[in-house]
Amino acid sequence: MASVTDSGKARARPKHWAGAITRSSEARILLVAVILSAYFEAVNHDFLLTNASLQNLSQFIAPAAIIACGEIMLMIGGEIDLSAGMVFAFAPFIVHFANDAGLPAWASVLVGVLAAAAVGFVNGALTVYLRIPSFVTTLGTLFFVNGFTLTISQGTPVAPPEDAGFASIFGAWGYSEIIWAVVIALFMHVLLRHTRWGLHTVAAGANPLGASEAGIQINRLKLGNFIIAAVFAGFTGILEGFRITSIDPQAGGNQIMFLAVAAAVIGGTPLAGGSGTIIGGLIGAAVLGILNDGFTLIGINAFTFNMILGAAILVAMIFNIHVTRLARKGDL
Amino acid sequence: MADAREALRVEDIVKRFGAVTALNGVSLTLADGEILGILGDNGAGKSTLMKILTGFHQQSSGKVFVRGEETLLRSVDHARSLGIECVYQDLALANSLSIYHNMFLNREIVYPGPVRLLNNRAMRKRAAECLEDIGVNVPSVDLPVEKLSGGQRQAIAVARAVNSDARILLLDEPLAAMGAREAGLIIDLIMRLKQKGNISIVMIMHNYAQTLDIADRVMLMQRGHVTYQRDSASTSVAELMDIVRREYRAMRANGQ
Repeated sequence: MASVTDSGKARARPKHWAGAITRSSEARILLVAVILSAYFEAVNHDFLLTNASLQNLSQFIAPAAIIACGEIMLMIGGEIDLSAGMVFAFAPFIVHFANDAGLPAWASVLVGVLAAAAVGFVNGALTVYLRIPSFVTTLGTLFFVNGFTLTISQGTPVAPPEDAGFASIFGAWGYSEIIWAVVIALFMHVLLRHTRWGLHTVAAGANPLGASEAGIQINRLKLGNFIIAAVFAGFTGILEGFRITSIDPQAGGNQIMFLAVAAAVIGGTPLAGGSGTIIGGLIGAAVLGILNDGFTLIGINAFTFNMILGAAILVAMIFNIHVTRLARKGDL
Repeated sequence: MADAREALRVEDIVKRFGAVTALNGVSLTLADGEILGILGDNGAGKSTLMKILTGFHQQSSGKVFVRGEETLLRSVDHARSLGIECVYQDLALANSLSIYHNMFLNREIVYPGPVRLLNNRAMRKRAAECLEDIGVNVPSVDLPVEKLSGGQRQAIAVARAVNSDARILLLDEPLAAMGAREAGLIIDLIMRLKQKGNISIVMIMHNYAQTLDIADRVMLMQRGHVTYQRDSASTSVAELMDIVRREYRAMRANGQ
């Protein structure tokens, strides 16, 4: 009996490991990270294997990685949160005010995270129910939240809640931030790859109409992912406040938001939606950190670093689009 | 009580959208295991009829009977709970997801417990069994559907409907935009489903010859009416063409 076969077009070729590496964006970016680390370690032996430089590196990677986790969930659905950097600066001020009002440190952090969630809810509700493109929605909340933070802070930095033990868990201890980043990334990886929420997020990003015909509630998913993104941005701001023992209204900003988006893109999550990888985003953030630290140790200044960062994003994107296309055709 | 062998019966369905009457008294019956092909021009009301049967629209008047029981199909989920599944033209597949994830989309098997992690192993196994059962060959159910050809993708979409225990399968132009070879694969698949029994199929079609090949019965819809209905064996492409041509000439003569 005839059967539905079309071996000419679709073919599984697991035997080509080189092809497998180019197909898996995580493996690709991990390879880049290892090569870069080896190179910088070779030219400067203080790069990785001292406690100070390792801590320094981890503190660059962690914020970008945590915020990237939220951005990736949105980017899979074809959305973006531009306001993340401003929520980063806003949430710790709420923590400060809540603590001033007499709440204990843990409750203050909770209030700060909830305030961030509220911004995420507004981002999501405007995008989903009023059908405003998220680029515009979050551009609006970017300026609004920034202005709001500057107003309530009167432009001056304040101190985080004073509770040494609590503070060391929430960012003050050298490696606590990177531990948070890895735990959050693992959690989000499981959410994306091993739960219906993650699977439906990918399905809705790949085929919104088809996903709704299958009965998936796309609006609820998107709203939830906007809240997740804002919560991570706010939480990262709180961690950083504890780490540098100062809450600055000018902290974070668009720099950290774009670093997070860059980490996501370099890690293999396209802006167009339909696919994405949390682990890739984590390694993408690591690559950015390695580039930043490595070039700083060699003596290249911050201006030049931005040029390198820009080139890295472009190379990653060109590679993702064109190599993945070749791989899909089965030519690799 | 109606005939127990009857899968679906529609009586005198009217559907108005404002001033437009899309369906103007349509009746049909579908026996258990039967394949019904619906032909007709764009705007004849085929898609509206389909959307009433999927529960997407509700009729303005008229009755729908599912296996003899009068039922108002309130929603897509309600129709689905009665075993009515539709494969839309856009197939509703998520290209970047694997075949087995697509086949279980929004009906995922999860591990018991509060965390409800996806049971990928069970889905992979059942998807492979289902495809083997209905004779759809793919290299691996792990492949993303974007790697499949148009015919294979259509087959996966049909398999998904079958996998969810569809008793009544609605196919919206299953052979649209397909070459002869690909169309042949889908026709074979539909014939195998029929042989296995336990499923009745309503297809919206464009190609008269293919319809007569596959369907037990054909129905011609024109301007919201059923204008012709016959067993495939007792009609021909020429006869169907003739009816459509007469209608078309009459319309031109009336200056419509």
